[in-house]
Amino acid sequence: MVEFAMNHTWLVPLLPALSFLIIIFFTRPWPRLSSTVSIAFMLSSFAVATLAAYGVFTDAQFKHEPLVYAIRWFGMEGLNIDVGVLLGPSSAMMIFMVTLVASLIQIYSTGYMKGDPGYSVFFSYLSLFAASMLGLIISSNLLQLFVFWELVGLCSYLLIGFYTHKNSAREAAKKAFITTRIGDFGMLLGMLAIQIIFGTLNLYELGQIMPNFEDYTTAGMMTLIAVLLFIGPIGKSGQFPLHVWLPDAMEGPTPVSALIHAATMVVAGVYLVGRTMFLFVEVESAMYLIAVVGAFTAFFAATIAVTQREIKRILAYSTVSQLGYMMLALGVGSLTASFFHLWTHAFFKALMFLGAGSVLHALHHKADVWDMGGLIKKMPITGWTFVIGGLAIAGIPPFAGFWSKDEILLATFNEGHYLLFTLGAVTAFLTAFYIWRMIFLTFFGEEKPDNHPHESPLSMTIPLIVLAVMATVGGLIGTPMNPHWQEWIFFGESHHIVPNIPIMLVSIALAAAGIGLAYVLYIKDRNKANVKDLAIRFKPVYTLLYNKYYMDEMYLWFNHKVVDGSARMTHLFDIYVVDGIVNGLGAVTKGTGGILRYTQNGKIQSYALVFFLAVLVITILLAFNDTTSMALVLGGVSK
Amino acid sequence: MVSLSAAAFWLLALTILGAALLVVMSKNIVHSVLWLIVVFLGIAGVFLMLGAKFLAAIQILVYAGAVCIMVVFGVMLTQREDMSKSNIFNKRMLTAAPVVGLLLVVSGTLAFKSVDKAPVNGGSVPTNTVEAIGELLLSKYVVPFEVAAILLLVALIGAVFLSMEVKPDADND
Amino acid sequence: MLTTISPMHFVVLSAALFAIGLFGAITKKNAITVLICIELMLSAVNINLVAFNMFVTPEAFIGQIFAIFVITVAAAEIGVGLAIMLTIYRNKLSVDLDDFDWMKW
Repeated sequence: MVEFAMNHTWLVPLLPALSFLIIIFFTRPWPRLSSTVSIAFMLSSFAVATLAAYGVFTDAQFKHEPLVYAIRWFGMEGLNIDVGVLLGPSSAMMIFMVTLVASLIQIYSTGYMKGDPGYSVFFSYLSLFAASMLGLIISSNLLQLFVFWELVGLCSYLLIGFYTHKNSAREAAKKAFITTRIGDFGMLLGMLAIQIIFGTLNLYELGQIMPNFEDYTTAGMMTLIAVLLFIGPIGKSGQFPLHVWLPDAMEGPTPVSALIHAATMVVAGVYLVGRTMFLFVEVESAMYLIAVVGAFTAFFAATIAVTQREIKRILAYSTVSQLGYMMLALGVGSLTASFFHLWTHAFFKALMFLGAGSVLHALHHKADVWDMGGLIKKMPITGWTFVIGGLAIAGIPPFAGFWSKDEILLATFNEGHYLLFTLGAVTAFLTAFYIWRMIFLTFFGEEKPDNHPHESPLSMTIPLIVLAVMATVGGLIGTPMNPHWQEWIFFGESHHIVPNIPIMLVSIALAAAGIGLAYVLYIKDRNKANVKDLAIRFKPVYTLLYNKYYMDEMYLWFNHKVVDGSARMTHLFDIYVVDGIVNGLGAVTKGTGGILRYTQNGKIQSYALVFFLAVLVITILLAFNDTTSMALVLGGVSK
Repeated sequence: MVSLSAAAFWLLALTILGAALLVVMSKNIVHSVLWLIVVFLGIAGVFLMLGAKFLAAIQILVYAGAVCIMVVFGVMLTQREDMSKSNIFNKRMLTAAPVVGLLLVVSGTLAFKSVDKAPVNGGSVPTNTVEAIGELLLSKYVVPFEVAAILLLVALIGAVFLSMEVKPDADND
Repeated sequence: MLTTISPMHFVVLSAALFAIGLFGAITKKNAITVLICIELMLSAVNINLVAFNMFVTPEAFIGQIFAIFVITVAAAEIGVGLAIMLTIYRNKLSVDLDDFDWMKW
C-alpha cells in the first residue's frame, strides 16, 4: 500500500485533475454532485499523499536521497526533458500539507459557496488548482515545474476573478496575473540559462553537479542565474516590490484566499528557492539578496498591516510578511526553518482566512474590522479557533508559529545577520500587535447593534477545528526537545539547533508585548481615544502606512509616466518609421504597379514592341560585347 | 554587266523601300494594298537578280496575286466607314520609331562588320532552277513538303471554319 | 560600293524592309495593315534567304527551298489571320487593334 503510493505519487496531482475534467465536462449542472466529486477525489489524493509521506518518513534512506522516477517527455540534441516525480522529505511534507489543507478548504467551501451560481465551476477551479500545485511540488524537472507554476498562476487568475461581475475582482485578477508574469519572465530566463550552461533541467542532476559549477561556468554567471531565478519567487510569493498583487487578490472568494493566497500557491516561490537551494548556496550575494528581500518584505508588510481596516487585507499583508520570514530563513541558509514556517503558516493562516470567511459570511461581507466587535459571543467556534490562529502567528508557545518563527530568528542570529535579526524581531512584535488588534476589534469589545451574526454551519466549522488543532500541535514535531523536523527536512547536513533560551525569551516577550499593546489600545481604552489621537498625531506616518507606502500609486505613476511615455514615443516611432516603411513599401509597390500596369495593357502591338526591344537588347549584348559571341548572332556566317 | 546589275539593284531597292514606306504611310488601306503589290513585284525582281526564277514566279503568283487579292477581300469585308481614314497610326509612333531605328542601326552595323567575313563562292546559280527545286522538294525535302501541304490544308479548313457565319438563331450549344 | 553588289547590300535592303514592316506592324491601328506589314517582314526574310542561297550555297538550293516554305507559311498565315479578323469584326464591328486589350488574361 505504502509502496504503491510512493511509486504512484503522480496520482496525487492526477486525481484532482481528473475531478476538474469530470466537473467541467459532466457534472457541472449539478452543484452538489460536483462538490462531492471534487471532495472525493481530493480526499483520495490526500490518502495517497499521506501514504507516500508515511513511506518517506519511515525510511531513513530518503533523508539524503530522494525517490526519483521519470519518463521522457521529449528529447533532442542537447535538450532532454523528463516529466516525473521527485519525492523527498520536503515534497512529501508539502503534498501532505497541500492535500490536507485543500481537502479542508473544499469541505469549507461547500458551506461558504452555498447557493453561488458558479458553485460547480468554483470546485472545478479548486480541483485544477490542487492538481497544478501538487504537480509543481512533485516535479522532478524545472521545466515541468514551470508548467505547473504557470498553471497555478492561471488558477489564481481564474479564482481571483471568480466574481466576474465585480469590476474590482476582474482588475485584481489581471493585476495578479501580470505582476506574477513579470516574475515568471525572470524565472524563465534563469531556467534557460541553466539549460544552456548545464545542459539539464533535472532537479536531481542539477543538485549533483552544482557544487562543482566551476566546471561549467563562472561565479558571475551563477550570480546572474540565481538572481534571475529568484525573480520568479519574488513575483509568486509576493516579495517586495512585486507584492502588490497579493492584497488585491483578496477579491476572490475567501476559501481561495485561504488556499491559494495564504497556504499553498504563494509558498510555491519559497518552495522553488528551497528546491534549487543547491544553486543559491553557491552564490553568497544571491543568498544575501534573498535574506534582505525577505526581511525587508516581512517588516514592510507588517507595518502596512498595522493600519489596514479590512479583515482580509490585514491577513493578506500578514501573509506577505510571513512569506518574507520564509525567504529570510532561506537567505540565511536554513531550509529547515523556512519550510517549518511554511508548514505551520499554512495551517494557522488558512485557519485565520477561513475564520475571516466565516465572519464575512455571518456579517454579509461587511469587511471593516471597526464595524465588528464582540462576535465571539455569537460565533464561539469561529472566534476561539481564530484566537488559536492569532496565538500561533503571534508566536506564543506552544502554538505552532512559535516554534517555526523562533527557528527562523535563531538561524538568522546564528548566521550573524544581526540587523536582519532585529528586523525580524521587530516584525514579530508588529505581527502580534496587528493580528491581535484585528482579533480584539473583531471578536471582543462591544457588540455593534447593526450586526446580527450567527455561527456558521458545520461544514465550515469542522475545517476550522481541524486546522486549529493543526495550528496548535503542528509545531510540536520540530521543537528543540523533539527535533524530528530538523532531522528530515534540511539542506546539506541536518543540524540540531541548540536552543537559545535568551532569543526564545525575547521572541516570547515581543509577542506578549504586541498582544499587550493591542489589548491596551483596543480593549482597555473603550473609546479608542488613544488610537485616534495617535493616528492624528502621526498623521503623515499613518497616511503613508494606510496607503501602503503608495506602492500602487508608484506603480501607476511609473506606468502612466514612464511606460506610457515611452509607449507614446514608440508609438510615434511605430507610426512614422515602422508604418512609414511598411506604407512606403506599399506605396512603392503600388506606384511601380501603376507604372508597370501600362506594360500589360493587353494590346498586342505593345507586346510586340517590347518583344523586339528585348531581342535588340540581347542582340546588342551578345554581338558587341566580344567577337566570339558575334558568331552566334550571325548564325555562323562568319568563320 | 556589273554596273548594270548594280543599277538594277539600286533601282529595285529604291522601288521596294519606297513602296514599303508608302504601304505603311498611306491613310487609305486600299492604297496600302496597291503599294504592297509594288513591293512584291520589286522583290520578285530581286529574286530574278539572284537567279531564283522559280521563286520570282511564285512570288508574283502567291504574293502579288493571291495574298493581295485576299487582303483586298478582307478589307472589303471589314471596312464600312470612310476609306480615307481606314489606315491611320496609333499612339505608339514615338516609342516605336526609336526601336525600329535601333533595329536598323544594329542590323546595318552587323552587316557592315561582317562584310569582309561573308563567304562568296561563285555566285552563279544553276539556270534550270525549276527542275532542281522540283527534284529536291520531292526527294530530299519531301517530308517538309508534305507537312507544308498539310499546313495549307489545315489553314484552309481553319479559315473556312473561322469565317463561317454563325446564325444567331442557330442551335450552337 | 555603289557599283559592286555584295551580300551586304541585300542584307541591308532586307533589314530596311524588315524595319519598315515592323514599324507598320507596331504603329498601325488597322489589323489588316498589321497583317500586311507582317507579310513585308516575311518578304524581307525571303530576300535574305535567296541572297545567301546565291552567294553561299548556289548548288544546294537550301535558301530557295526555305523561301518556298516561308511563302507557304505566309500564305497560310494570312489566310487564317484574315479569317480571324473577319470573325472578330463580326463580333465587335471593329478591326481597330486599339479597341482590343484581350491579351492580359
